[in-house]
Amino acid sequence: MERAYKVYAITNGTVIDHIPTPLALRVVEILGLGNEGIFTIGVGFQSKRLPGGKDILKIENRILLESETDTIALIAPDATINIIKNGKVSEKRIISVPDHIYGVMQCPNPNCATNKLGAHRHFKLEDKQEMTYRCEYCERVTEIIPENLTAPE
Amino acid sequence: MSSFKGRNIISLRDMTIDDLWTIVTTAGEVKEGKHRGCLQGKTIASLFFEPSTRTRLSFDSAVIKSGGSVFGFADPGSSSQKKGESFSDSIRTITGYCDAMVIRHPVEGAARLASEVATVPVINAGDGANQHPTQTFLDLFTIHEEFGRLKNLKIGIMGDLKYGRTVHSLTHAMALFGAEMVFISPPSLKMPSAILSGLSEKGISFHTADTPEDAADMNLDILYVTRIQKERFGDPQEYKNVAHGYRIDKNTIIALGEQVRIMHPLPRVDEIAEEVDTTPNAIYFTQAHNGIPTRQALLGLVTGGIS
Repeated sequence: MERAYKVYAITNGTVIDHIPTPLALRVVEILGLGNEGIFTIGVGFQSKRLPGGKDILKIENRILLESETDTIALIAPDATINIIKNGKVSEKRIISVPDHIYGVMQCPNPNCATNKLGAHRHFKLEDKQEMTYRCEYCERVTEIIPENLTAPE
Repeated sequence: MSSFKGRNIISLRDMTIDDLWTIVTTAGEVKEGKHRGCLQGKTIASLFFEPSTRTRLSFDSAVIKSGGSVFGFADPGSSSQKKGESFSDSIRTITGYCDAMVIRHPVEGAARLASEVATVPVINAGDGANQHPTQTFLDLFTIHEEFGRLKNLKIGIMGDLKYGRTVHSLTHAMALFGAEMVFISPPSLKMPSAILSGLSEKGISFHTADTPEDAADMNLDILYVTRIQKERFGDPQEYKNVAHGYRIDKNTIIALGEQVRIMHPLPRVDEIAEEVDTTPNAIYFTQAHNGIPTRQALLGLVTGGIS
């Protein structure tokens, strides 16, 4: 018997599972999907791995780049990524925090050139264990704060 | 020698130990009289988006002494940003007028941004609370000139260690050379823990002390003094009480030992008594004067006048 999906299956595209509730909308934002194609979101599913619940995001007809899926690791390091082609999983992608973050994170230093002079946001990974990044401009080290992640510039 | 021609000088973080050696040894050669006229025919833009006296005059003097020409502005009121031009557009325009540009700006990261849009080398002369690399280069040159080495030194770094960009950069550089360091500050202005844990990870030996006298038994080679700024304290009386304990006089030198050399990035307010100036321990004015050969060397290297 065909399994009943609460979020319907897609034929081609990218499925992001195990996003901690309620961060799916934040993932949509940092991927810049707002005005682009069809995507469906399921929020608050029960999960053994995530006691607070999980969200699922299905993006139709778009295969996310690795640089994009690695960005998801900034707020959902345990998310699982499945690339779907012709109704089947063609790739199970393992994500890891990116070495560089471009655009999606605002520097918390108000006196940084990215906030004052229009420099493009760019962070380099400082410590993978601590999940800290150094701003390429003001050189301050910052932790990943989901609230500081925004739509790409 | 690593190639410096065309290179931007933005942050100590971009520099290797070999780079620092190149700058220190070239500055020594310039001071000995080599590389005369290394900026002949070169035009240097001096863009000070915030006021500075010593750094600006030191760069200007370095250019003129090496046979180059210098133009620019000394305060933001005379820049076209007052008219609403973006910083990047100002740099894109001025890059066509010069062979290298020296920039001071109150915003952190301004020099890095300038280096991305300029087609000539950019030298950071201070970007907010972030970096001031040429101060560290002249500090290293002075230490090398005084001791004949940069390794195996014991250095006490004193004052506002929490906010001071000079002491952060110097700590970074001295760590590259494996110095033993003592950080002397009031409790509210201690060296940030991120910097201390970075030193520990690199296996650099350091200590902390509350007063310079606490470091008396360490046989320090250098005591690097910085100003404790009044504005860091809410209560003026508290500032007065704290600052008093961080004033260097002849008695401090006796306590630290005759071998100690006193450095200071200047300007000094009252953290070093004038009676210290005439002692052989005081090298802070020589240190300031060493800014000239250091900046001559750096400008010569990045413009290709010294290769």
